[in-house]
Amino acid sequence: MIASVPGRELNPRLALQDHWRAMRRETPFHSRLAALDFRNDWYSWAGCKAPLSLWDEELEYFAIRSQAALIDISPMVKYRIEGPDAETYCERVFVRNVAKLRPGRVHYTAWCDDEGHVLDDGTLFRLAETRFRLCCQERHLPWLLDSAIGFDVTVADETEAVAGLALQGPTSCALLKDAGFAGIERLKPFDLAFFPHEGGTVTISRTGFTGDLGYELFVEAADALSLWDRLWEAGQLRGIRAIGYTALNRARIEAGFIVANADFVTAEHAIRADRVRMPDEIGLGWLVDPGKPHFNGRRAILEARRRRSLGHVLVGLEIEGNVPAEHALVYHAKKKEVGLVSAAIWSPMAKRNIAIASLQRPYGDTRKDDLWVEIYALREGQYMKLMKRATVVPRPFVKLDRRTATPPADA
Amino acid sequence: MKRWDAIVIGAGHNGLVTACYLQRAGLDVLVLEKNDWVGGAAVSRSLTPGFTYSNCSYVCSLFRPEIMRDLELPRHGLQVIAYEGGAVLTQDGDFLGNYRDHEAHRREFARFSARDAEAYDRYSRDVTRQCRFIQPLLMRTAPDPTSLKPRDLGELLYLGRKFAGLGASEMAQTVRFWTMSISDFLDEYFETDVIKAYFALSGIIGTALGPMSPGTAYILLHHYMGEVDGSVGAWGYARGGMGAVTRALAASFQASGGTIRTGAAVDQVLVRNGKAEGVVLEGGEEVWANTVVSNADVKRTFLSLVDERDLPETFLRRVRNFKIRGSSGKVNIALDSLPEFPALPKDSPCLRGDLHFTDSVERMERGYDDWKAGRWSADPFLDVVIPTTLDPTMTSPGKHFMSCFVQYCPPKVEGRDWTDVDRDAFGETVISQIAEYSPGFRDRIVHMEVRTPRELEAEVGLTEGNIFQGELTFDQLLFNRPVPGYAQYRSPIGGLYMCGSSTHPGGGVMGAPGRNAAAEMLRDLKRGTRHMSAAHDVI
Repeated sequence: MIASVPGRELNPRLALQDHWRAMRRETPFHSRLAALDFRNDWYSWAGCKAPLSLWDEELEYFAIRSQAALIDISPMVKYRIEGPDAETYCERVFVRNVAKLRPGRVHYTAWCDDEGHVLDDGTLFRLAETRFRLCCQERHLPWLLDSAIGFDVTVADETEAVAGLALQGPTSCALLKDAGFAGIERLKPFDLAFFPHEGGTVTISRTGFTGDLGYELFVEAADALSLWDRLWEAGQLRGIRAIGYTALNRARIEAGFIVANADFVTAEHAIRADRVRMPDEIGLGWLVDPGKPHFNGRRAILEARRRRSLGHVLVGLEIEGNVPAEHALVYHAKKKEVGLVSAAIWSPMAKRNIAIASLQRPYGDTRKDDLWVEIYALREGQYMKLMKRATVVPRPFVKLDRRTATPPADA
Repeated sequence: MKRWDAIVIGAGHNGLVTACYLQRAGLDVLVLEKNDWVGGAAVSRSLTPGFTYSNCSYVCSLFRPEIMRDLELPRHGLQVIAYEGGAVLTQDGDFLGNYRDHEAHRREFARFSARDAEAYDRYSRDVTRQCRFIQPLLMRTAPDPTSLKPRDLGELLYLGRKFAGLGASEMAQTVRFWTMSISDFLDEYFETDVIKAYFALSGIIGTALGPMSPGTAYILLHHYMGEVDGSVGAWGYARGGMGAVTRALAASFQASGGTIRTGAAVDQVLVRNGKAEGVVLEGGEEVWANTVVSNADVKRTFLSLVDERDLPETFLRRVRNFKIRGSSGKVNIALDSLPEFPALPKDSPCLRGDLHFTDSVERMERGYDDWKAGRWSADPFLDVVIPTTLDPTMTSPGKHFMSCFVQYCPPKVEGRDWTDVDRDAFGETVISQIAEYSPGFRDRIVHMEVRTPRELEAEVGLTEGNIFQGELTFDQLLFNRPVPGYAQYRSPIGGLYMCGSSTHPGGGVMGAPGRNAAAEMLRDLKRGTRHMSAAHDVI
C-alpha cells in the first residue's frame, strides 16, 4: 500500500519532520541573544525561545527609558498581504479606514468576526500601494484566506521568513543615524522607510510598544545577524542593551497598550461564550470607522452601539498606594464586584500605581465614582488584603514628548 | 434461603460501579459474573507467559474522576498515565505526528498545510465548547420529556437553560454537531486528507457507520469529553492494562463488604407478578434478591435473560430494533522487541501514542463499504497502541504488548457465522497492514489473540460485539437511550434495572451509567446518595 516514493528527498515536508526536536524555535537573532543572556530565563513567545530578562529586568526597563533597548520581535506573527485588490481586501477585513493609510505608513488596527467580536489587534504596514504586512499576536491564516475569497490578493505567513527588532529609547534615533541609516530622523511616528543593508533592504518604521521614541526594523531572516551587529556596534558609544519581555511589559503598561489574550480574549480562543469582546469593550472603539466601505463585524458593532448593549469597558486605573494590583478584583462601593485588573505595575516614570482593567458597564463608563480594588499581596506566607481606591484615568499613563518630536533629539 | 438486597448481573466496569455505590449505601450486594474473572470489556489477561493484554478496551480517558475518588480506586491500585499523541503513517512514507505541545502540534500540521495548522485553534475551541455543554449531562439522569414529575421538569429546565445559554450560533452548532457526519464537520475546518483522517477516526470508532454517515460528528465528541487529571480530551493507559480499572473496582467493592461470584452465569431473571425476585443461574440454582440490576446490554438483558411475555409489546419491539451492530475487532499481540517504523524519526515520541495507517477519510469510507457488504475491511483502519512503552508492569523490559483495534469487522461474514479460518484471515489482514509500515514485524510476534465480534460476544457478552452496547447515534442518546420511556435505568419489570453502556450516557469505560443507575435505585429504595459526588463543576 505504501507507494514507492521516487524523489522522496524532493518532498519539502519530509525535510521538516524533525521540528519537534527543537520544540521552542530559536529566532534568527538567537545566537546574539544567547551570548548576552546570563539568566537562562526563557519563555515561549508564539513557540519561540524568548528571554524574560537577560540580566536584570529593572536595569533593562531603564534602558528603554534612558538609552536604547534592543528587543527581538521576530516571534511576532506576520502576514504578507499583496495583490491588486490588497487595499479593498484590507478594507473588508479591518475595522479602521485603510484608504487613509498611505504607502509608507503604519497604523494600529483590529479585526472582528461576524458578530463584531475582536479576533485580534495588530499593526498594519503599508509597504507599497498593493502590499501590506500585518503584525499580530495570534494566528489567523484560515480567517484571512477565507476573507480573501473574491479578491485578487494573496495572503501568506512570513513569520519565520522575516526577522524583526525593536530599538526603543531616547537614543534610538541617534543610534540609527550613527549606524548609517541616513535620513532616519525625518521619520514621523508611524512612518516607515526602506534602507539598504548588506545588499538587501531593511524596513524601518517609527513604531513600538513602549510609548517612547523608538523604531521597529524588519529584515530577511538571512540578514538578521548582520543587522544586529550593525546596531550593536553603533550602540557602543550611545548605550544599547538587549532586553527581555518583563521590562518591555512595564513600558507597554505605562504606554497603556493592551495585549491579546492577556487584557482581552480573542474570539477564536474564547471557549466561554461570554468572554468575547467588541472593539468598544476593549478601548478600541476609536479604530472603528462606520463611514468606510463595509468591513466584517460592522453591522453587529453598530447595532450594539445603537442598542447600548455593550457589556464591558476597558479602562486605565490609578490605584492608591504602591502595591501593584495585578489580577485584582474591582469593586464598586467596596461591595459589588464590577471587574478585573488584567495588568498592573508601579510606574517608575509616573510614580503612580497603575492598572488596566475590564469593567462591567455602566461602571467605568458612566459610573466612575467609588471604585475599589482588592489586592491580595502575598508577603512571607500571608496574604495582606488591601482594599484600595481606584480612579479611572486616561491612557497612556505616561506621555513622552520625545515619542512624537520630529526630528528626535539625540538623547 | 438468603435474600440479597441487590444482585448485579455482570462484573463489567459499570456493574461494579453500581455494586460499589449500592454496597456503600448499606445494601447487601451480590455480583454475578459468568466468566472466571471480573472485568467485562475492561480486562487485563495473561494468555501467554510473561505478557499481560488489555484484551478489549485499551485506553482510558472517559472514566469519571468523581467515581475514582468516591470509590477510592487509587487506593485499590488504579493509576492512569497520560501518553503522547501518536501518528498517522501515510502512504507516501511520511507521517502526521500528534504532539501534546501546542506549537509542535501546529508546526507538524503546517508541514501539510499552513492553513490547517492555524485552523486547529478554532476547531479545538468549537469542540471544547460542545464538550463543556455535554459533560455535565453525563452524571445526571436524562429527564423524561413526557413526565410531569417535578424532578423531570427540573432536569428538562436545566437542559433547556443550558441549551439556551449557548447563544444562537452555538445552538446551531450543537444541533449540527449532533446530526452531521464527521467528514462534513471536518471539512468546515481542514483541507488536508491526512489531517481529516486523523480526527475522523474518533468519529467512527466502535460504530457501524462510515465517516460520511450523518451522526458521526457526535461520536467524536464522545471521545473528546474525557480527561486525564483535568487535561480535557487527553487519553491515558491504565497501569497494568484496562483490567486495573475493574480490579480496583472489585477490590473497592469487596473492601466495603460486597460479594462477587465468578463462574456464575445468569440464565434467567426470576419475575413474579411483574417484579424481579432474583435470578436463576445456569445449572438451575436460584438466587433471591429484592432488586436486580443488569450490566448486560439491553438486548441481552431483555431478549435472553427475561421472559419476553413479561414485557410490554412496544418496549419489546424497540429493544429488538435497538441498533447494536458489531463493527470492530481486536488483535492483541505479544512482541519480543519494540517494532520499528522507518517512517518515524529515530526516538520519535509518537511511538508511545496511537498509531494509525489510514491517511484519508475516503479510505475509511471504503472500509465501511466492505462492512456493508458483510466483509471485514480489506484495508481496515487500525488504532494501534503499545502501552508497554510507558507501563513497565505488563511484560518484561524490552518486550512489548501491542493492542490493535480494528474496524470494520462485521458480526457475520457475508451472512454466515464466523469460522476459525475467517478469524485467522482477518488477523492476517491486520498483521499485513502493520508489516507494510514495519519491516520485520512478523518476526517479533511471540503470540497473538484475534478477536472478531464472535469472540467478543461469546466472551464478554456484548451483543454482536458492539463495544458501546449500542450505537451512539442521536436517536439512541439521552432520554432515548436505550429506548424512549426507559432512559432512567428502570425497566418495565419492577425491581429490575439496567446499568450498562446501553443506558445514558453510553459506552466507553466511563462508569457514569453505573453510577447513575445506582443513584436511581437508591432513590427508589429511599436510601441516601450522599456518598456519591455530584459531577465536578465545569467552570
